[in-house]
Amino acid sequence: MSMRDRGPFFTALAAAAVVVAVGAGAQAAGERKAPHLGTPMSAEEVAKWDLTIFPDGRGLPPGKGTAKEGRVIYENQCAHCHGDDGRGATAEELVADPQPLTEEAASKAIGPYWPYATTIFDFIRRSMPAGAPGSLSADEIYAVTAYLLAANKVIGDTDEMNAKTLAAVKMPNRDGFEWIDVKK
Amino acid sequence: MTAKLDPEDLQPVAGGGLLHRRLLLKSGLVLATAAAAGSTHAASDAPAQKITEDLASPSWMRTPGQPFTTYGKPSKYEARVIRSIGANRDLPSNGVSWTPLESLEGIITPSGLHFERHHNGVPEIDPAQHRLVIHGLVKQPLMFTVDSLLRYPMQSHLIFIECGGNSNAGWHEEPIQRPLGSFHGLVSCSEWTGVPLAVLLDQAGIDPKATWVIAEGADAAVMNVSLPLAKLMDDAIVALYQNGERIRPENGYPLRLVIPGFEGVTNVKWLRRLQLTSEPVMARNETSKYTELLPSGKARQFTFTIEAKSLITSPSAFQKMFGANIYEIRGLAWSGRGKVAKVEVSADGGKSWAEAALQEPVLSRCFTRFRMPWSWDGSPAILKSRATDETGYVQPERDVLVKERGRNGYFHYNGILAWGIDEDGVISHVYA
Repeated sequence: MSMRDRGPFFTALAAAAVVVAVGAGAQAAGERKAPHLGTPMSAEEVAKWDLTIFPDGRGLPPGKGTAKEGRVIYENQCAHCHGDDGRGATAEELVADPQPLTEEAASKAIGPYWPYATTIFDFIRRSMPAGAPGSLSADEIYAVTAYLLAANKVIGDTDEMNAKTLAAVKMPNRDGFEWIDVKK
Repeated sequence: MTAKLDPEDLQPVAGGGLLHRRLLLKSGLVLATAAAAGSTHAASDAPAQKITEDLASPSWMRTPGQPFTTYGKPSKYEARVIRSIGANRDLPSNGVSWTPLESLEGIITPSGLHFERHHNGVPEIDPAQHRLVIHGLVKQPLMFTVDSLLRYPMQSHLIFIECGGNSNAGWHEEPIQRPLGSFHGLVSCSEWTGVPLAVLLDQAGIDPKATWVIAEGADAAVMNVSLPLAKLMDDAIVALYQNGERIRPENGYPLRLVIPGFEGVTNVKWLRRLQLTSEPVMARNETSKYTELLPSGKARQFTFTIEAKSLITSPSAFQKMFGANIYEIRGLAWSGRGKVAKVEVSADGGKSWAEAALQEPVLSRCFTRFRMPWSWDGSPAILKSRATDETGYVQPERDVLVKERGRNGYFHYNGILAWGIDEDGVISHVYA
């Protein structure tokens, strides 16, 4: 059942609920009849909640790091599950030799498969390391990201990653995805 | 009392002894079913259960029973009906638990047996300390308490949720031998009750440029995915209740997004944030995961919809047959596109098919239970089921699916499942 044909049952419930919502503002014509119980948020409050990093780099914080710094962090924080040099262990393979994806050489490692470099930073910041998510500084995350991109030969070994350079990285498989249920 | 079978009742409607589904309507007809391994129903060749009670006057008829309980549990004799767990050995909070589909009947999955997929464990959320924030391309960002959401008009839907990674062993070169649920049980069906998301989004005021919504959970993975706004406006709900009670922690307490027909990962648990945008975020769980690499080297992305699928739950692997007899074949079917229109069953490996009876209610994007009478003569047989949904989509044979998708896609396996039954009544998973 869609919202648009929810029928008289919903309308009756909604009408009842509006009575409860004393003080709710006047409803615009056609607006769904329900109480207005959300608290308005300021831009400053929203910024504290907003963790999103977009493919164009919006949302990336200040900071910087290189592959050399990142290797140390990787070995201490990541290698136990992701394996030496990112080759995979109990957690996913992150590093693979650059090669075209085929049925025989299928890989979902970062270099051959991931379409956007910003995803690495976003995912580490929100989810990794799994035992202590949120524990790495922005500089540390830039450094691990640089290490993973360099190990996959997507960037050079001495390239610094920061909000500007990371957003500018073009992943080899950027155009490797066909959208199925949504139009591009 | 057993109803008398007329000779025409036993006229097969397809190969291998499938009988007409009308036979199920015969009042009092007793059909055999395969029994769970170690089941209390003794199979004909199983050792007899030791009788320790006077069956005519058992001890529980002669002494007062147990006192009342504040929250009921299943019988201790059903202790084997549990989820099976498959977790990462270095990170036990990352993994799945499977619904034991082969042990359940009807269409509702008990909440405690609903499958789980956690990326980093089950957060213990105090609802007083939890908020839902709606922001991004809206006129006014809004923050909701859980108590405030409980005051909104609600809707209930009976909805299946299936993990996009369910049945992924189907891509394996050799058929995996596991009980049905431990292979296909990342799918469950509940009554979900909550607030239509469109109501909340409208109150925030949708900017016409918004086409996507990024949904985020409050677990330790802070799991996020991008979803098409049009679908969310159509029928998504912010669910607060599952099967009549507040959602269990492992299913998203206190709030979960429920998007009818969309793969499990999009039904974000522990929902904390909804950001309206004009593009997807390209999260790890919509790029590296939950995408399907094809033989061409391209990958399918944003494959949200669960296509039609069916499974025979009985007889199924590790259950026992009772020898040549008339059986009720039982199973489940579902489609993310709407109602199940029909389920056909084959007892000869797909050479011939006959339509099964669909048990009411048959609801959109909900489990549908099917049943089929079958006269098994004791010779080797291969059972299959094939669902067709109301859009005309037909569940594919495995070889057709593998030819189209290759074997590296991992997600969205919905090929026809085949059970091979040998002359000893041993049931195994076969590719046929």
